[in-house]
Amino acid sequence: MDALLEVREVTKAFDGLVALSGVSLRVRPGQIKALIGPNGAGKTTLFHIIAASLAPTSGDVVFAGRSLVGLPAHRVARLGIARTFQNVQVFPGMTVLEHVLVGLHQQAPASLLSAALRTPALRRAERRLREEAWALVRRLDLEAWAEVPAEVVPFGLLRRVELARALATRPRLLLLDEPGSGLNPAEKQALASELRRARDEGVTVFLVEHDMSMVMELADEVEVLDQGQLIAEGPPAEVQRDPRVVAAYLGEEDGA
Amino acid sequence: MTARLRSPWTAVPCAVAVVAVLDLVEPFGVRLGHLTGGLLTADLAVRAGLFTIVLVGLNLLMGYAGQASLGQAAFYGMGAFASAILTVRAHVLGIPPEVVSAWWWPWVVMAAAACAVAGFAWVVGWVILRLRGHYLAMATLGLGIMVYIVLRENLGMPHLNLTGGFDGIVGVPRLRLGSAALWPVGVYLLVVWAAALACVALGENVVHSPAGRALRAIHGSEAAAESVGVDVGALKARIFALSAGLASVAGSLYAHFQAAVVPDTFGFVPSLELVVMSAVGGMRTVWGAPLGATVVLLLEQLLRTHLLGLVPAVSGELEPVVFGVLLILLMRFRPSGLVQAAPAP
Repeated sequence: MDALLEVREVTKAFDGLVALSGVSLRVRPGQIKALIGPNGAGKTTLFHIIAASLAPTSGDVVFAGRSLVGLPAHRVARLGIARTFQNVQVFPGMTVLEHVLVGLHQQAPASLLSAALRTPALRRAERRLREEAWALVRRLDLEAWAEVPAEVVPFGLLRRVELARALATRPRLLLLDEPGSGLNPAEKQALASELRRARDEGVTVFLVEHDMSMVMELADEVEVLDQGQLIAEGPPAEVQRDPRVVAAYLGEEDGA
Repeated sequence: MTARLRSPWTAVPCAVAVVAVLDLVEPFGVRLGHLTGGLLTADLAVRAGLFTIVLVGLNLLMGYAGQASLGQAAFYGMGAFASAILTVRAHVLGIPPEVVSAWWWPWVVMAAAACAVAGFAWVVGWVILRLRGHYLAMATLGLGIMVYIVLRENLGMPHLNLTGGFDGIVGVPRLRLGSAALWPVGVYLLVVWAAALACVALGENVVHSPAGRALRAIHGSEAAAESVGVDVGALKARIFALSAGLASVAGSLYAHFQAAVVPDTFGFVPSLELVVMSAVGGMRTVWGAPLGATVVLLLEQLLRTHLLGLVPAVSGELEPVVFGVLLILLMRFRPSGLVQAAPAP
């Protein structure tokens, strides 16, 4: 099957320090793919490059047949790539529901003039957006927090708020940077089933994750990054046995 | 103050209420000035209304989009000078006198000037809103000073003498609606405050629209806003344009009120004063605009009229000092301004 996302020979150097060197990988539509690797391996850098918030030094990123390199980040989002952040990025002072509404931005009327005059068309659109936002809030079990400003919401739930905001954009590809970090086991379970549900609805998921048990359980395929280079890929069980992976990564953690 | 106007029409009852109060009060010979010991004059109330219009835009820009502007008085000045030039010196530009003397001409000029100034700000915004923090503040500061100098130096065309240089332009006509003059000052006061409240309503509507949410999102995290498809640069430029357009309208209304415009009214200090008003009222609320404008103007008036009497053996300008101290206290004890932002639904 054709890849939805293809990373071709991507290299990224910061002031001579090579963070990624010649990374190539493919994410097929409808799969959950995990990117693992020790700290500092370049995982987040690669995600930033895919989401176009960083430009690669060389190489190309192709999404659904078109190159993303050089596009502004909001254009990449509009092409259907949504993301969550390693360090949760919320909007202080805005409620959980408003976060989801911001996620629906692409469907919202953009005109400032109709906004200022609060035209009937705008009010209709706003009602529709709110219905859709509430549906997502309910789907992610955030109803109790919907009207609460983000800064008051517990950390574990903020990851879910980010997910709701990302899903609101109706993405084709979901990039999740350590979505399980800081979550308790029950929250991780809920997250995993949420991601499976998204995949079953046609969203392709590409995630960076440290929790190996979660990766083993959730991912269809795993890519292993070490010191800026991909050293293994394949189904989780195979990758787990790969001696290079064990040496680079699993050896220094619990290996579960 | 958590009240929010959801429709511009809500401004109408407010205006009616003001009319009613003035109508009741005036026949008994009691005027605003008498009630407040000469403090709250019609002149001050008009200026508070004009600044309210500017501040609604400035609050959207600074409080919601998080973009500092130290040059907002420039747009105010551009509106004022556009109205003054195109009513008083229109003949220099070859505009026929019968058009210039028509009652609708100043209104057309006001609208056209607002659009032109907004367009100018939009273009400038594309360049300078890429800057962040102090750099942006410096860029708007520079813009403000540039506009001031261009106005003072006759737009670089001294032979036409369009702006009148240092001396500005006198004899700007009063506004009319059909054959009815919007004067004396009591009538104009109502016009200005009706416009000001309408702008507050417009501002509230923007804040609670999808675009307003996107703005607040930008303030919170640009990366996250971009990640859901918000074109951060374009939205900032559009808000900058909107705020400039509002300032221009206020400037036009000012020109027709003062009947004279001089470049000094629109220099750096007035820009700074606007930022102070915005901070005092509360940047992150639209309702902070009328409050900030009124409180700061009253305070200035109070200091000017009463301070010298209280402190003997002081000559010269003491009120900026007291003003500064009050500001420091405000920033220390109530940094979000007098009106606190209410969490939106």
